[in-house]
Amino acid sequence: MSLFSFAKTEFRNLFSKPVTRLYPQEPRIYPERTRGHIENDMNACILCGLCSRKCPTGAIRVDRKEKSWAISRFSCIQCGCCVESCPKKCLSMKQAYTQPGAEKKTDVFTKPEAESKNAS
Amino acid sequence: MSTRSVVPFGPHHPVLPEPLHLDLVLEDEKVVEAIPSIGFVHRGLEKLVEKKDFNEFVYVAERICGICSFMHGMSYCEAVEHIMGVEIPPRAKYLRTIWCEMSRIHSHLLWLGLLADAFGFESLFMQSWRMREKILDMFETSTGGRVIFSVNKIGGQRKDMDNSMIRSFLDIFAGMEKDLKELTGTFLNDGAVRSRLDGVGVLTEQQARDFGAVGPFLRASGVQYDMRTTGYAAYGDIDLEPITSNIGDSYARTVVRVKEIFQSIDIIRQAAAKIPEGDFAVPVKGFPKGEYMMRVEQPRGEACYYVKANGTKFLDRFRVRTPTFANIPPMLETLKGSQLADVPILILTIDPCISCTER
Repeated sequence: MSLFSFAKTEFRNLFSKPVTRLYPQEPRIYPERTRGHIENDMNACILCGLCSRKCPTGAIRVDRKEKSWAISRFSCIQCGCCVESCPKKCLSMKQAYTQPGAEKKTDVFTKPEAESKNAS
Repeated sequence: MSTRSVVPFGPHHPVLPEPLHLDLVLEDEKVVEAIPSIGFVHRGLEKLVEKKDFNEFVYVAERICGICSFMHGMSYCEAVEHIMGVEIPPRAKYLRTIWCEMSRIHSHLLWLGLLADAFGFESLFMQSWRMREKILDMFETSTGGRVIFSVNKIGGQRKDMDNSMIRSFLDIFAGMEKDLKELTGTFLNDGAVRSRLDGVGVLTEQQARDFGAVGPFLRASGVQYDMRTTGYAAYGDIDLEPITSNIGDSYARTVVRVKEIFQSIDIIRQAAAKIPEGDFAVPVKGFPKGEYMMRVEQPRGEACYYVKANGTKFLDRFRVRTPTFANIPPMLETLKGSQLADVPILILTIDPCISCTER
């Protein structure tokens, strides 16, 4: 049994840099594998719907008529099942986390040709 | 005889991160009886097995607990693999072992921090969690998540760790070991810490057996019982001796957990030296039919998983008996006769995880 066994750690702590990061001034550098959020490259997407069938939480909706691909950001658990099953490899896992929000939002991605048709 | 009074402890109490309620029957400052009630965070995860595809349920099983999430997912996968007769590649087994042991180190460091917090040693608590952060960073590097890893699947693992990554982890562990020795030295030798732990809440070997304690709580009472010796994942190839202590008090439980941190680092080294090259997953076809009882050693103790499958993509039954559930009766036994001021320490020494318990 000893007294002041923590003193060494404590002194070192006093004269060393903080362990924490000054976030958000100092940005967080994510490791390569971080599962942040799902992005879809609509130019390559063929709207096959395999991702929505593989999604364990049913967060992905594919509408072939509207040529749109939608993901409910608050249902997605970032498991990466859709990325693995995508035949065209247009889905990708991005490292940054999604923004917090006051309401549960759904992000809709539309095929470029459908967008131009709607605009004209 | 002095008058008895009942003091409610919890469900919200500074020492408890999760809701557990105890009615403490006191005689002056002495606890004569403790009546538990649980069920504040029941989520019905077991019932969900009837609605989720057995492959998708891995993600639900992982979410039973935020600390042993890897082991929950892995044990569910191993149980289903046993039913389906799937032999996973050896590399996947070693990957599972390494991730399991990393979970154990992070859980024990978390517990050491909470213990320090319970007896009011705030800076020791922060130092413990500083160490734990390194493990979480390693988890993020290897799996992509800090708490929920999503790397288990039926038939193997979804991600591999290449040899350079494993080597870099070993370097981090080598650096951590020195810091850990200094940190745990305070837990084991400091006079102020020991005055709160020595002789508090003694559980004899007989009591531990009678009340069915598990994990470090049981091993601290001198029972050599560790599920890892049954050889699931790659533990069959690993040389390990269960760590025990004969004293049975709160200090002994701390000693057992501290030694287990170093043992886990040793297991990771052994696994890293033996890990074979090759695939880390095999394709699985068909649906499971049959039943299996899987037992694993989680950081908190032995957990049992019962899986019953009926040949369709939905399982019939999934049941988890978590270590905290088994440890509540012996904990109540240690509470009897203790001082009211020691109750938080005694509840903490079983390393309670209420989310696990209530599923």
